[in-house]
Amino acid sequence: MKTNKIAQLALLAIAWFLLICPLTPSVEAESAEAGSSVAGTVKFQGTPPKGTRMEMSADPNCTKAHPGPVITQDIEVSAAGGLEDVVVYVSDGFGDKAFPPPSQPMVLEQKGCSYRPHVVALQANQKLEVVNADTTTHNIHPMPVNNREWNKIQPPGMPVEESFAREEIAIPVKCNVHPWMKGYVAVFKHPYFAVTDKNGNFTLKDLPPGNYTIKAWHEKLGTQSQMVTVAAGQSGKIDFIFRQ
Amino acid sequence: MQTKSRTTVFLALLVLIAGASGLAQEAKVGHLDGNQRRGKDLYQRYCIYCHGKYGDGQGENAFYLDPKPRDFTTAVFKCRSTPTGTLPLDSDLYDTISRGVHGSGMPSWKPLTRQERVDLIAYIKSFSPKFTEEKPGTAIVIPDEPRNSPESVTRGSELFQSMNCWQCHGKEGRGNGPSAASLTDSKGHPIAPFDLTSGTKLKCGESDKGIFRDLTTGLDGTPMPSFSDALKPDQIWDLVHYIATLRRGKDSPKSELSESNGSH
Ligand code: HEC
Ligand code: HEC
Repeated sequence: MKTNKIAQLALLAIAWFLLICPLTPSVEAESAEAGSSVAGTVKFQGTPPKGTRMEMSADPNCTKAHPGPVITQDIEVSAAGGLEDVVVYVSDGFGDKAFPPPSQPMVLEQKGCSYRPHVVALQANQKLEVVNADTTTHNIHPMPVNNREWNKIQPPGMPVEESFAREEIAIPVKCNVHPWMKGYVAVFKHPYFAVTDKNGNFTLKDLPPGNYTIKAWHEKLGTQSQMVTVAAGQSGKIDFIFRQ
Repeated sequence: MQTKSRTTVFLALLVLIAGASGLAQEAKVGHLDGNQRRGKDLYQRYCIYCHGKYGDGQGENAFYLDPKPRDFTTAVFKCRSTPTGTLPLDSDLYDTISRGVHGSGMPSWKPLTRQERVDLIAYIKSFSPKFTEEKPGTAIVIPDEPRNSPESVTRGSELFQSMNCWQCHGKEGRGNGPSAASLTDSKGHPIAPFDLTSGTKLKCGESDKGIFRDLTTGLDGTPMPSFSDALKPDQIWDLVHYIATLRRGKDSPKSELSESNGSH
């Protein structure tokens, strides 16, 4: 019951923020922009499923790239329980503010017939540079719902540069030639997102003060959300726990 | 999910605004202008059983069909003259509707008048907001076909290897490559790579130019990729020439790829 109350209060707070904020001049918020960060860790509780072996023998170029068997990357948990490849992002709190995309591209590499990184996050209209570092030909095939679906063959060394115009969390990416290859591209309309590292750690940088809904998305374990209030010049901390 | 519902509201608004300002999807093929209202009547008479009331491919016959009827709300089409990831031209949709899609439940609608087919296009475009938000792609250029020769066929068969066509279509083009069993379309339905030796008709038209176009644009919504960024037009013609030998059931000159000698 208590949590319910808190949730209600939180909702009121958001409603207040959404209604009032656009009316008040936002000069303050702009000047504090360089300000605060929210960091934390995403943990996994329970026994992580044993990864299955990726059967690459259909293409000797792929097997050659690995000395031993290769295990799927669906749920990657560190010794301390940190969960890798979770996309943590601000899902609400900016209204319709537009953020220009950064000029440097995000890189998605195909190496050893798998995607590095397994999960990429970038801003809408930011360039995605797809690299084929293998000796075999891949096809790169994102399957979005809100964005354009395209599918290109990519021989070794050929550059592919694309971008996605609309927010989408997250677009599955496949190589149909090598069916074990799977990855995700998360697209945001603002720059406040991060992908957890090997230890499950993330940092959302330079958040202007305000109330935000922060979400954590994992390809297999779903989405969780929490509210935070960010005060000028102070850094916040939030953690997420996924169970299975 | 708040973002999602917001996007929906936003899109709905866009559609409303576009509609109100007369920007609603129309269609134009040659000198014919499509009329959405007439198109709707025709759709309800001829298309709704497969493509569904909402254009989402969920008509009452859909359950029995493989491949499934196109979901027009995604605006993703297989047969286009435009690059991968772009909307088709009205004339592409016109060609498809007139031709039908071979190897699927989609019949040829040549019995309808030209005007009726263009009216239908105006209506099916209205199922996706993408047709108001984006322009169709620019049609690819198909250069004149260079002379066919044994050398061109050999180059084509080598490209069939190095471009990994065989991973899906099989070493002999029979549609049985190592990845074939794993392939699904973008909706998750299993899809077979075309058997290039079977002699069955192609989905997007029979001519050499049609095959050139398929390889250049890819068949969006399926695993069949676009080769336009990787290959020069001459190389795509080499592949077309090689495919012709497979489809005629003839052995390509000096090719170890084809073991089909005499078996057709
Ligand atoms: C008997 C069922 C059936 C009926 C009736 C039908 N369709 Fe289809 N249609 C299909 C199927 C199945 C496909 C998918 C073919 C494929 O993916 O290979 C399709 C695909 C299409 C496509 C997309 C082709 C592409 O390039 O992706 C268009 C456009 C289309 N139909 C228009 C129409 C119109 C217009 C009508 C009514 C005049 C109609 N269809 C009636 C079954 C049907
Ligand atoms: C990743 C798997 C894959 C690769 C690689 C691939 N194809 Fe395909 N191809 C398919 C599938 C699946 C279809 C069937 C699509 C459908 O039925 O809608 C297809 C269809 C075709 C068609 C028939 C198109 C039509 O109009 O019906 C031709 C021709 C073709 N492929 C040639 C090639 C050639 C040549 C290459 C290499 C240069 C190639 N494909 C590479 C999966 C692939």
